[in-house]
Amino acid sequence: MRYESPTTTKEAVTLLSREKGKAHILAGGTDLLVRLRMDMIEPDLMVDIKRIPAMNEIKKTPAGAFKVGAAVSGIRLGANKALTKAWPGVVEATNLIGSDQIQGRCTMVGNLCNASPAADSVPALIAAGAKANVVGKKRRTVAVEDIATGPGKTSLAKGEIIESITLPKRPPKSGDAYLRFIPRTEMDIAVVGVAISLTLKKGVVASARVALGAVAATALLVPEAAKAIIGSKLDDDALDALAAACSAACKPIDDKRGTVEYRTKVAGVLARRAAKIAFERAGG
Amino acid sequence: MAGVHVSTTINGDPVEYVCPADESLLDVLRDRIGLTGAKEGCSTGDCGACSITLDGTLVCSCLVLGAEAEGRKITTIEGMADGEKLHPLQTQFIDNAALQCGICTPGFLIAAKSLLDHNPDPSVEEIRYALAGNLCRCTGYDKIVRAVQAAAKDLRKQNKKK
Repeated sequence: MRYESPTTTKEAVTLLSREKGKAHILAGGTDLLVRLRMDMIEPDLMVDIKRIPAMNEIKKTPAGAFKVGAAVSGIRLGANKALTKAWPGVVEATNLIGSDQIQGRCTMVGNLCNASPAADSVPALIAAGAKANVVGKKRRTVAVEDIATGPGKTSLAKGEIIESITLPKRPPKSGDAYLRFIPRTEMDIAVVGVAISLTLKKGVVASARVALGAVAATALLVPEAAKAIIGSKLDDDALDALAAACSAACKPIDDKRGTVEYRTKVAGVLARRAAKIAFERAGG
Repeated sequence: MAGVHVSTTINGDPVEYVCPADESLLDVLRDRIGLTGAKEGCSTGDCGACSITLDGTLVCSCLVLGAEAEGRKITTIEGMADGEKLHPLQTQFIDNAALQCGICTPGFLIAAKSLLDHNPDPSVEEIRYALAGNLCRCTGYDKIVRAVQAAAKDLRKQNKKK
Protein backbone atom coordinates (compact mmCIF):
# COMPACT_ATOMS: atom_id res chain seq x y z
CA MET A 1 0.00 0.00 0.00
CA ARG A 2 1.13 3.55 -0.76
CA TYR A 3 0.22 6.50 1.46
CA GLU A 4 -0.22 9.98 -0.01
CA SER A 5 -1.18 13.18 1.76
CA PRO A 6 -1.87 15.79 -0.93
CA THR A 7 -2.39 19.43 -0.04
CA THR A 8 -5.03 20.29 -2.66
CA THR A 9 -8.32 18.67 -3.65
CA LYS A 10 -7.17 18.63 -7.29
CA GLU A 11 -4.09 16.62 -6.37
CA ALA A 12 -6.24 14.17 -4.40
CA VAL A 13 -8.62 13.74 -7.35
CA THR A 14 -5.67 13.13 -9.71
CA LEU A 15 -4.18 10.51 -7.39
CA LEU A 16 -7.51 8.73 -7.02
CA SER A 17 -8.47 8.80 -10.70
CA ARG A 18 -5.06 7.64 -11.94
CA GLU A 19 -4.78 4.74 -9.51
CA LYS A 20 -5.21 1.40 -11.30
CA GLY A 21 -5.50 -0.61 -8.09
CA LYS A 22 -7.81 -0.15 -5.13
CA ALA A 23 -7.76 3.37 -3.75
CA HIS A 24 -9.34 4.57 -0.52
CA ILE A 25 -9.82 8.05 0.93
CA LEU A 26 -8.58 8.45 4.50
CA ALA A 27 -10.29 11.12 6.59
CA GLY A 28 -10.67 10.25 10.29
CA GLY A 29 -9.96 6.59 9.61
CA THR A 30 -12.31 5.41 12.35
CA ASP A 31 -14.05 3.04 9.94
CA LEU A 32 -11.43 2.66 7.21
CA LEU A 33 -8.52 1.68 9.45
CA VAL A 34 -10.69 -0.86 11.27
CA ARG A 35 -11.49 -2.46 7.91
CA LEU A 36 -7.80 -2.36 7.00
CA ARG A 37 -6.84 -4.01 10.29
CA MET A 38 -9.46 -6.74 9.82
CA ASP A 39 -8.22 -7.43 6.27
CA MET A 40 -11.63 -6.49 4.88
CA ILE A 41 -9.87 -4.16 2.43
CA GLU A 42 -6.49 -4.39 0.74
CA PRO A 43 -5.82 -0.91 -0.62
CA ASP A 44 -3.06 -0.18 -3.11
CA LEU A 45 -3.33 3.51 -2.32
CA MET A 46 -4.60 5.49 0.62
CA VAL A 47 -5.12 9.21 0.09
CA ASP A 48 -5.12 11.15 3.37
CA ILE A 49 -7.18 14.33 2.93
CA LYS A 50 -6.38 15.89 6.29
CA ARG A 51 -3.63 18.15 4.91
CA ILE A 52 -5.91 19.81 2.37
CA PRO A 53 -6.80 23.27 3.76
CA ALA A 54 -10.17 23.46 1.96
CA MET A 55 -11.21 20.22 3.65
CA ASN A 56 -10.12 21.37 7.10
CA GLU A 57 -12.22 24.46 7.57
CA ILE A 58 -15.68 25.41 8.73
CA LYS A 59 -16.63 28.50 6.75
CA LYS A 60 -19.64 30.76 6.82
CA THR A 61 -20.33 31.82 3.23
CA PRO A 62 -21.35 35.41 2.37
CA ALA A 63 -24.85 34.06 1.71
CA GLY A 64 -25.05 32.81 5.31
CA ALA A 65 -24.60 29.08 4.64
CA PHE A 66 -22.01 26.92 6.40
CA LYS A 67 -19.41 24.93 4.51
CA VAL A 68 -17.91 22.11 6.56
CA GLY A 69 -14.76 20.50 5.16
CA ALA A 70 -14.60 16.74 4.72
CA ALA A 71 -11.73 16.39 7.19
CA VAL A 72 -13.31 18.38 10.05
CA SER A 73 -13.55 16.14 13.12
CA GLY A 74 -16.54 15.78 15.41
CA ILE A 75 -14.75 17.65 18.20
CA ARG A 76 -14.02 20.62 15.96
CA LEU A 77 -17.62 20.66 14.74
CA GLY A 78 -18.89 20.71 18.33
CA ALA A 79 -16.47 23.51 19.25
CA ASN A 80 -17.85 25.81 16.55
CA LYS A 81 -20.37 27.98 18.39
CA ALA A 82 -21.98 29.63 15.34
CA LEU A 83 -22.56 26.28 13.63
CA THR A 84 -23.88 24.68 16.82
CA LYS A 85 -26.30 27.58 17.25
CA ALA A 86 -27.57 27.36 13.66
CA TRP A 87 -27.68 23.56 13.36
CA PRO A 88 -27.77 22.00 16.84
CA GLY A 89 -29.34 18.78 15.52
CA VAL A 90 -26.58 18.20 12.96
CA VAL A 91 -23.89 18.82 15.57
CA GLU A 92 -25.52 16.63 18.24
CA ALA A 93 -25.94 13.80 15.73
CA THR A 94 -22.27 13.96 14.71
CA ASN A 95 -21.14 14.21 18.32
CA LEU A 96 -22.99 10.98 19.12
CA ILE A 97 -20.55 8.99 17.00
CA GLY A 98 -18.31 6.96 19.30
CA SER A 99 -16.15 8.01 22.25
CA ASP A 100 -14.09 11.16 22.76
CA GLN A 101 -11.21 9.29 21.11
CA ILE A 102 -13.37 8.66 18.03
CA GLN A 103 -14.70 12.25 18.06
CA GLY A 104 -11.13 13.48 17.77
CA ARG A 105 -10.94 11.87 14.34
CA CYS A 106 -14.36 11.03 12.88
CA THR A 107 -15.94 13.25 10.23
CA MET A 108 -19.45 13.86 8.86
CA VAL A 109 -18.33 13.12 5.32
CA GLY A 110 -16.67 9.90 6.45
CA ASN A 111 -19.90 8.93 8.19
CA LEU A 112 -21.77 9.71 4.97
CA CYS A 113 -19.41 7.89 2.59
CA ASN A 114 -19.03 4.86 4.84
CA ALA A 115 -22.73 4.50 3.93
CA SER A 116 -23.87 2.61 6.99
CA PRO A 117 -27.69 2.66 7.18
CA ALA A 118 -27.29 3.47 10.90
CA ALA A 119 -24.95 6.46 10.47
CA ASP A 120 -25.98 9.08 13.02
CA SER A 121 -25.04 12.27 11.20
CA VAL A 122 -26.71 11.33 7.91
CA PRO A 123 -30.42 11.67 8.87
CA ALA A 124 -29.59 15.02 10.49
CA LEU A 125 -27.83 16.21 7.32
CA ILE A 126 -30.73 15.03 5.16
CA ALA A 127 -33.27 16.80 7.38
CA ALA A 128 -31.10 19.91 7.18
CA GLY A 129 -31.24 19.84 3.38
CA ALA A 130 -27.45 19.61 3.27
CA LYS A 131 -25.58 19.31 -0.03
CA ALA A 132 -22.34 17.49 -0.71
CA ASN A 133 -19.78 19.42 -2.78
CA VAL A 134 -18.30 16.71 -4.99
CA VAL A 135 -15.06 17.21 -6.90
CA GLY A 136 -14.00 14.94 -9.74
CA LYS A 137 -13.38 15.75 -13.38
CA LYS A 138 -15.99 18.41 -12.76
CA ARG A 139 -17.50 19.89 -9.65
CA ARG A 140 -21.08 18.96 -8.83
CA THR A 141 -23.43 19.45 -5.94
CA VAL A 142 -25.40 16.45 -4.71
CA ALA A 143 -28.16 16.29 -2.10
CA VAL A 144 -26.91 14.26 0.87
CA GLU A 145 -29.81 11.78 0.51
CA ASP A 146 -28.51 10.90 -2.97
CA ILE A 147 -25.00 9.90 -1.82
CA ALA A 148 -25.63 6.50 -0.18
CA THR A 149 -27.22 3.95 -2.50
CA GLY A 150 -27.11 0.95 -0.15
CA PRO A 151 -25.13 -0.41 2.78
CA GLY A 152 -21.47 0.48 2.09
CA LYS A 153 -22.30 1.83 -1.39
CA THR A 154 -22.34 5.41 -2.71
CA SER A 155 -23.20 7.16 -5.96
CA LEU A 156 -19.70 8.67 -6.19
CA ALA A 157 -17.75 7.72 -9.33
CA LYS A 158 -14.10 6.63 -9.32
CA GLY A 159 -11.92 9.65 -8.72
CA GLU A 160 -14.72 11.64 -7.14
CA ILE A 161 -14.35 13.01 -3.66
CA ILE A 162 -16.59 15.05 -1.36
CA GLU A 163 -14.69 18.20 -0.48
CA SER A 164 -17.24 19.68 1.89
CA ILE A 165 -20.85 19.75 3.02
CA THR A 166 -22.98 22.88 2.67
CA LEU A 167 -25.60 23.51 5.30
CA PRO A 168 -28.04 26.11 3.98
CA LYS A 169 -28.68 29.50 5.54
CA ARG A 170 -31.06 29.27 8.44
CA PRO A 171 -34.22 31.40 8.31
CA PRO A 172 -35.25 32.88 11.66
CA LYS A 173 -37.41 30.67 13.90
CA SER A 174 -35.81 27.43 12.77
CA GLY A 175 -34.70 24.43 14.77
CA ASP A 176 -33.46 20.89 14.22
CA ALA A 177 -32.96 17.84 16.39
CA TYR A 178 -31.68 14.27 16.15
CA LEU A 179 -32.61 11.42 18.45
CA ARG A 180 -31.52 7.83 18.26
CA PHE A 181 -32.38 4.78 20.25
CA ILE A 182 -29.56 2.61 21.57
CA PRO A 183 -29.72 0.02 24.36
CA ARG A 184 -26.74 1.60 26.16
CA THR A 185 -26.28 5.22 27.22
CA GLU A 186 -23.17 5.79 25.03
CA MET A 187 -20.98 4.18 22.42
CA ASP A 188 -23.49 2.17 20.44
CA ILE A 189 -24.98 1.87 16.98
CA ALA A 190 -28.42 3.33 16.35
CA VAL A 191 -31.35 0.92 16.36
CA VAL A 192 -33.46 3.79 15.03
CA GLY A 193 -32.48 7.40 14.35
CA VAL A 194 -34.82 10.31 13.63
CA ALA A 195 -33.90 13.82 12.52
CA ILE A 196 -36.30 16.72 12.10
CA SER A 197 -35.65 20.23 10.89
CA LEU A 198 -38.41 22.83 10.81
CA THR A 199 -39.09 26.53 10.42
CA LEU A 200 -41.97 28.35 12.10
CA LYS A 201 -44.04 31.29 10.93
CA LYS A 202 -46.34 32.86 13.51
CA GLY A 203 -46.02 29.78 15.70
CA VAL A 204 -47.06 27.40 12.91
CA VAL A 205 -44.73 24.92 11.19
CA ALA A 206 -44.16 26.53 7.79
CA SER A 207 -41.67 24.03 6.42
CA ALA A 208 -40.12 20.81 7.66
CA ARG A 209 -37.93 17.92 6.66
CA VAL A 210 -37.96 14.55 8.40
CA ALA A 211 -35.34 11.82 7.94
CA LEU A 212 -34.99 8.33 9.41
CA GLY A 213 -31.88 6.24 10.01
CA ALA A 214 -31.33 2.51 10.63
CA VAL A 215 -34.78 1.53 9.35
CA ALA A 216 -33.88 0.87 5.69
CA ALA A 217 -30.88 0.17 3.46
CA THR A 218 -30.10 3.89 3.45
CA ALA A 219 -31.22 6.83 5.55
CA LEU A 220 -34.66 7.95 4.31
CA LEU A 221 -36.14 11.36 3.62
CA VAL A 222 -39.83 11.08 4.50
CA PRO A 223 -41.86 13.86 2.84
CA GLU A 224 -45.16 12.39 4.14
CA ALA A 225 -43.92 12.83 7.70
CA ALA A 226 -43.02 16.45 7.01
CA LYS A 227 -46.47 17.03 5.48
CA ALA A 228 -48.05 15.69 8.67
CA ILE A 229 -46.70 18.59 10.72
CA ILE A 230 -46.57 21.43 8.18
CA GLY A 231 -49.36 23.89 8.95
CA SER A 232 -49.70 22.65 12.53
CA LYS A 233 -48.64 23.94 15.92
CA LEU A 234 -47.48 20.41 16.69
CA ASP A 235 -50.71 19.47 18.41
CA ASP A 236 -51.41 15.84 19.31
CA ASP A 237 -53.18 15.10 16.01
CA ALA A 238 -50.20 16.37 14.03
CA LEU A 239 -47.78 14.38 16.20
CA ASP A 240 -49.91 11.23 15.75
CA ALA A 241 -49.88 11.73 11.98
CA LEU A 242 -46.10 12.33 12.07
CA ALA A 243 -45.50 9.15 14.07
CA ALA A 244 -47.75 7.13 11.76
CA ALA A 245 -46.01 8.48 8.63
CA CYS A 246 -42.56 7.67 10.06
CA SER A 247 -43.59 4.14 11.03
CA ALA A 248 -45.15 3.62 7.60
CA ALA A 249 -41.91 4.66 5.87
CA CYS A 250 -39.79 2.09 7.74
CA LYS A 251 -38.41 -0.85 5.80
CA PRO A 252 -36.11 -2.27 8.49
CA ILE A 253 -34.41 -5.62 8.92
CA ASP A 254 -34.56 -7.94 11.91
CA ASP A 255 -31.18 -8.17 13.58
CA LYS A 256 -29.59 -8.51 17.00
CA ARG A 257 -30.16 -4.83 17.69
CA GLY A 258 -33.88 -4.74 17.01
CA THR A 259 -36.79 -6.45 15.32
CA VAL A 260 -38.79 -5.04 12.40
CA GLU A 261 -41.80 -4.49 14.65
CA TYR A 262 -39.77 -2.75 17.33
CA ARG A 263 -37.91 -0.45 14.95
CA THR A 264 -41.14 0.50 13.19
CA LYS A 265 -42.81 1.46 16.45
CA VAL A 266 -39.79 3.29 17.90
CA ALA A 267 -39.38 5.39 14.74
CA GLY A 268 -42.77 6.95 15.47
CA VAL A 269 -42.01 7.45 19.17
CA LEU A 270 -38.69 9.16 18.49
CA ALA A 271 -40.18 11.30 15.72
CA ARG A 272 -42.68 12.83 18.19
CA ARG A 273 -39.91 13.61 20.66
CA ALA A 274 -37.51 14.99 18.05
CA ALA A 275 -40.25 17.19 16.58
CA LYS A 276 -40.95 18.70 20.01
CA ILE A 277 -37.25 19.46 20.56
CA ALA A 278 -36.88 21.03 17.10
CA PHE A 279 -40.05 23.06 17.71
CA GLU A 280 -38.75 24.34 21.04
CA ARG A 281 -35.38 25.21 19.51
CA ALA A 282 -37.18 27.16 16.80
CA GLY A 283 -38.75 29.24 19.55
CA GLY A 284 -42.21 27.67 19.25
CA MET B 1 6.74 -2.72 0.80
CA ALA B 2 8.23 0.72 0.51
CA GLY B 3 8.55 2.53 3.81
CA VAL B 4 7.35 6.00 4.68
CA HIS B 5 9.88 8.30 6.32
CA VAL B 6 8.34 10.29 9.17
CA SER B 7 9.71 13.12 11.31
CA THR B 8 7.57 13.83 14.33
CA THR B 9 7.67 14.92 17.97
CA ILE B 10 6.93 12.46 20.75
CA ASN B 11 6.65 13.76 24.33
CA GLY B 12 8.62 16.83 23.29
CA ASP B 13 11.49 14.95 21.63
CA PRO B 14 12.07 14.95 17.87
CA VAL B 15 11.78 11.41 16.54
CA GLU B 16 12.31 9.94 13.07
CA TYR B 17 11.26 6.55 11.81
CA VAL B 18 10.51 4.59 8.67
CA CYS B 19 7.39 2.43 8.68
CA PRO B 20 5.24 0.57 6.14
CA ALA B 21 2.39 2.78 4.88
CA ASP B 22 -0.26 0.58 6.45
CA GLU B 23 1.34 0.31 9.89
CA SER B 24 -0.62 1.82 12.79
CA LEU B 25 0.89 4.52 14.95
CA LEU B 26 0.37 2.16 17.90
CA ASP B 27 2.65 -0.43 16.28
CA VAL B 28 5.19 2.29 15.46
CA LEU B 29 5.23 3.50 19.07
CA ARG B 30 5.50 0.03 20.57
CA ASP B 31 7.66 -1.85 18.08
CA ARG B 32 9.84 0.84 16.47
CA ILE B 33 10.21 3.52 19.15
CA GLY B 34 10.04 1.18 22.15
CA LEU B 35 7.29 3.13 23.90
CA THR B 36 5.16 0.24 25.15
CA GLY B 37 2.92 2.25 27.48
CA ALA B 38 0.10 2.45 24.96
CA LYS B 39 -1.51 -1.01 24.84
CA GLU B 40 -3.25 -2.94 22.12
CA GLY B 41 -6.65 -4.12 23.33
CA CYS B 42 -9.09 -4.33 20.45
CA SER B 43 -7.43 -2.64 17.45
CA THR B 44 -10.81 -1.27 16.47
CA GLY B 45 -11.11 1.91 18.53
CA ASP B 46 -13.47 0.44 21.12
CA CYS B 47 -11.29 -0.10 24.21
CA GLY B 48 -9.11 3.02 24.43
CA ALA B 49 -6.06 1.15 25.79
CA CYS B 50 -3.95 2.72 23.02
CA SER B 51 -5.05 6.32 23.77
CA ILE B 52 -2.55 9.08 23.02
CA THR B 53 -2.90 12.71 22.04
CA LEU B 54 -2.14 13.91 18.53
CA ASP B 55 -1.65 17.69 18.32
CA GLY B 56 -3.42 17.85 21.68
CA THR B 57 -6.46 15.80 20.60
CA LEU B 58 -7.28 12.52 22.30
CA VAL B 59 -7.23 9.66 19.78
CA CYS B 60 -6.82 5.89 19.60
CA SER B 61 -3.35 5.26 18.20
CA CYS B 62 -4.57 1.99 16.67
CA LEU B 63 -6.78 4.10 14.38
CA VAL B 64 -3.98 6.39 13.20
CA LEU B 65 -1.39 5.40 10.60
CA GLY B 66 2.25 5.88 11.54
CA ALA B 67 2.58 7.77 8.26
CA GLU B 68 0.04 10.37 9.42
CA ALA B 69 2.27 11.58 12.27
CA GLU B 70 4.58 13.61 10.02
CA GLY B 71 5.11 17.01 11.64
CA ARG B 72 2.57 16.31 14.41
CA LYS B 73 3.02 16.44 18.18
CA ILE B 74 2.35 13.18 19.98
CA THR B 75 2.07 12.63 23.72
CA THR B 76 1.97 9.19 25.26
CA ILE B 77 1.75 7.93 28.83
CA GLU B 78 5.56 7.97 28.97
CA GLY B 79 5.39 11.76 28.84
CA MET B 80 2.98 12.14 31.75
CA ALA B 81 5.28 11.99 34.79
CA ASP B 82 7.80 14.78 35.30
CA GLY B 83 10.95 12.68 35.65
CA GLU B 84 10.47 10.66 38.85
CA LYS B 85 7.57 12.86 39.95
CA LEU B 86 4.26 11.27 39.10
CA HIS B 87 1.35 13.29 37.71
CA PRO B 88 -1.48 13.77 40.28
CA LEU B 89 -3.64 11.43 38.18
CA GLN B 90 -1.02 8.70 38.43
CA THR B 91 -0.65 9.23 42.19
CA GLN B 92 -4.41 9.12 42.74
CA PHE B 93 -4.83 6.00 40.59
CA ILE B 94 -2.35 4.30 42.95
CA ASP B 95 -3.85 5.75 46.14
CA ASN B 96 -7.39 4.84 45.10
CA ALA B 97 -6.38 1.41 43.78
CA ALA B 98 -7.95 2.42 40.47
CA LEU B 99 -6.22 -0.41 38.64
CA GLN B 100 -5.85 -4.13 38.94
CA CYS B 101 -4.31 -5.83 35.90
CA GLY B 102 -3.18 -2.45 34.56
CA ILE B 103 -3.62 -3.00 30.83
CA CYS B 104 -6.24 -0.26 30.50
CA THR B 105 -4.51 2.17 32.87
CA PRO B 106 -2.29 4.13 30.45
CA GLY B 107 -5.32 4.77 28.23
CA PHE B 108 -7.46 5.84 31.19
CA LEU B 109 -4.74 8.21 32.41
CA ILE B 110 -4.33 9.84 28.99
CA ALA B 111 -8.10 10.18 28.52
CA ALA B 112 -8.57 11.51 32.06
CA LYS B 113 -5.80 14.06 31.55
CA SER B 114 -7.42 15.17 28.30
CA LEU B 115 -10.68 15.67 30.21
CA LEU B 116 -9.06 17.63 33.07
CA ASP B 117 -7.10 19.80 30.64
CA HIS B 118 -10.44 21.00 29.24
CA ASN B 119 -12.60 20.72 32.34
CA PRO B 120 -10.81 21.10 35.69
CA ASP B 121 -13.92 20.35 37.77
CA PRO B 122 -15.96 17.64 36.02
CA SER B 123 -19.05 16.04 37.55
CA VAL B 124 -19.21 12.27 37.98
CA GLU B 125 -21.44 12.10 34.92
CA GLU B 126 -18.98 14.13 32.86
CA ILE B 127 -16.13 11.86 33.98
CA ARG B 128 -18.08 8.75 33.05
CA TYR B 129 -18.98 10.14 29.62
CA ALA B 130 -15.41 11.30 28.97
CA LEU B 131 -14.07 7.86 29.86
CA ALA B 132 -16.74 5.93 27.94
CA GLY B 133 -14.14 5.17 25.26
CA ASN B 134 -11.95 3.31 27.75
CA LEU B 135 -12.87 -0.19 28.84
CA CYS B 136 -11.75 -1.79 32.11
CA ARG B 137 -12.65 -5.38 32.95
CA CYS B 138 -11.28 -5.36 36.52
CA THR B 139 -12.24 -2.34 38.58
CA GLY B 140 -15.90 -1.76 37.83
CA TYR B 141 -14.92 1.85 37.05
CA ASP B 142 -15.93 3.24 40.43
CA LYS B 143 -12.40 3.59 41.78
CA ILE B 144 -11.27 5.11 38.50
CA VAL B 145 -13.96 7.77 38.73
CA ARG B 146 -12.98 8.50 42.34
CA ALA B 147 -9.29 8.73 41.43
CA VAL B 148 -10.08 11.22 38.64
CA GLN B 149 -12.18 13.32 41.04
CA ALA B 150 -9.36 13.32 43.62
CA ALA B 151 -6.74 14.20 41.00
CA ALA B 152 -8.93 17.02 39.69
CA LYS B 153 -9.07 18.42 43.24
CA ASP B 154 -5.26 18.12 43.60
CA LEU B 155 -4.71 19.85 40.27
CA ARG B 156 -7.09 22.69 41.14
CA LYS B 157 -5.16 23.23 44.40
CA GLN B 158 -1.85 23.11 42.54
CA ASN B 159 -3.03 25.66 39.98
CA LYS B 160 -4.30 27.99 42.70
CA LYS B 161 -0.84 28.06 44.28
CA LYS B 162 0.75 28.99 40.96
